Amino acid sequence: MFMILGYPAPLMFGQLLLGLINGAFYALLSLGLAVIFGMLNIVNFAHGAFFMLGAFVAWGLLEFLGVNYWFALLLAPVIVGIFGILLEKTLISRLYKLDHLYGLLLTFGMALIIEGLARNQFGSSGMPYRIPAILQGATNVGFMFLPNYRAWVVVASAIMCLVTWLIIEKTSIGATLRAATENAPLVQAFGINVPRMITLTYAGGVALAAFAGVLAAPIYSVNPNMGANFIITVFAVVVIGGMGSILGSIVTGFGLGIVEGLTKVFYPQGSATVIFVVMVIVLLVRPAGLFGKAA
Amino acid sequence: MPDDAMLKVRGLNSWYGESHILHGVDFDVRAGEVVTLLGRNGAGKTTTMKSIMGLVPKRQGSVMFNGAETVEMRSDTIARAGIALCPEERGIFSSLSVTENLMLPPVIAPGGLDLDTIYKLFPNLKERAGSQGTKLSGGEQQMLAIARILRTGAKLLLLDEPTEGLAPVIVQQIGRTIREIKQRGFTVLLVEQNFRFAATVADRHYVMEHGRVIDMIENDQLAANMDKLHDYLGV
Ligand SMILES: Nc1ncnc2c1ncn2[C@@H]1O[C@H](COP(=O)(O)OP(=O)(O)OP(=O)(O)O)[C@@H](O)[C@H]1O
Ligand SMILES: [Mg+2]
Repeated sequence: MFMILGYPAPLMFGQLLLGLINGAFYALLSLGLAVIFGMLNIVNFAHGAFFMLGAFVAWGLLEFLGVNYWFALLLAPVIVGIFGILLEKTLISRLYKLDHLYGLLLTFGMALIIEGLARNQFGSSGMPYRIPAILQGATNVGFMFLPNYRAWVVVASAIMCLVTWLIIEKTSIGATLRAATENAPLVQAFGINVPRMITLTYAGGVALAAFAGVLAAPIYSVNPNMGANFIITVFAVVVIGGMGSILGSIVTGFGLGIVEGLTKVFYPQGSATVIFVVMVIVLLVRPAGLFGKAA
Repeated sequence: MPDDAMLKVRGLNSWYGESHILHGVDFDVRAGEVVTLLGRNGAGKTTTMKSIMGLVPKRQGSVMFNGAETVEMRSDTIARAGIALCPEERGIFSSLSVTENLMLPPVIAPGGLDLDTIYKLFPNLKERAGSQGTKLSGGEQQMLAIARILRTGAKLLLLDEPTEGLAPVIVQQIGRTIREIKQRGFTVLLVEQNFRFAATVADRHYVMEHGRVIDMIENDQLAANMDKLHDYLGV
């Protein structure tokens, strides 16, 4: 058998792929958190709940309305994003003048309520969501069989990250967003409706989480805990990348997914904790995170 | 004061939290004028500018702009009505390039300067288009801060100490710019510490002290009022 560093190649590539897939979700989720944190100065603890809602909306669209995966991939983020707008307008926007801590408590509470309601309604066991027909099966890429859907998840997530990054760094809307992150009152005094921009930014971040949720639906079963399972690791990713850094969240998300995957090959016992070990080291060496600007 | 003033400030009071800073500011600016606010450090000049722009936490009184009361409006609504601020600290964004900084304020009305004219006035901004905004020299940042609001079509420009801390050649360039935009029909409210500079561009001067306007001097009366002015400004 073909070996790499003394390990069988298929095992190596298999774990690398699993790592990339997890990394794709880390990247999408931490990107949304970074966008929201930059603009609203709120650590959105409800992010995992919106991820879960994305999967549930996709499931519901298929189950009750017969809306297929591809339309769900567009519709679920919009629907969950609108829900985010309602929450921002009615609840979160009341906290901007207060300490960070209140935003954290509020969004944490929102997550508990949303996840609790979902558990009440659907139980904890989860519902299956079928992989869309054209992405079923696997492709022989020579050194391994690559499941088509998993490859798609990595590609779709990478594209979505890239598009988000391009919008923020290269467009005039993105420039306005960056400026408002630096000095919102002045941007508003130039005639820009900053409160509306904040609301839409929250919706955008939430929509990214929901998009990730739809991508995740066929891989993990659609269940009320799927967001909570992810979100702890995602917060570690955010801390490592640097709070609020757009590029940092993308690179760190994919990078740490891979690190986690490789750890499963070389030291399986450590795979559940490796990200947190990295977090401790980064906090010791660079408290602002790998891509963060020191305050 | 005639009733046709473009900006009419009456009994303006402003607060930062508990501190009561403006205690009934009164003055007018007519369309096409360049008017200055003079006064010592802490007199309330910047606070007056910010209050007009809707950037203080609490304000009362009356600020009429083109016949409309703006004192209750949000700052973005005030900007859309046609007032633009060049803040004392310049407010150049470090995460934006020079061009992005320049293009940031949306055009709110026709009649602003086009990019060609702006680059003619400030050639440096064209040369350094791709640089990070805050990598410019102090003088260039000030030019950028002024240029940025000339594009928008706002007709009343609030310039807060645009010459502060700048080299004489740049002060002259800013003076030329102010005279040029006056000629193009813009109206300017200018805060200045340097009344010698102010005298080269302004039609009238208001003197502020302790959060009030205490005097008004026509520019052509400036020489005759030098003693009084020295007294006011403590120079
Ligand atoms: N954000 C703030 N919070 C509390 N007090 C403030 C704030 N900004 C200004 N002040 C106070 O308000 C008063 C007026 O300040 P302002 O900046 O308007 O003066 P100024 O005339 O522009 O002075 P300068 O010539 O130094 O720019 C000062 O006593 C100042 O300490
Ligand atoms: Mg000032």
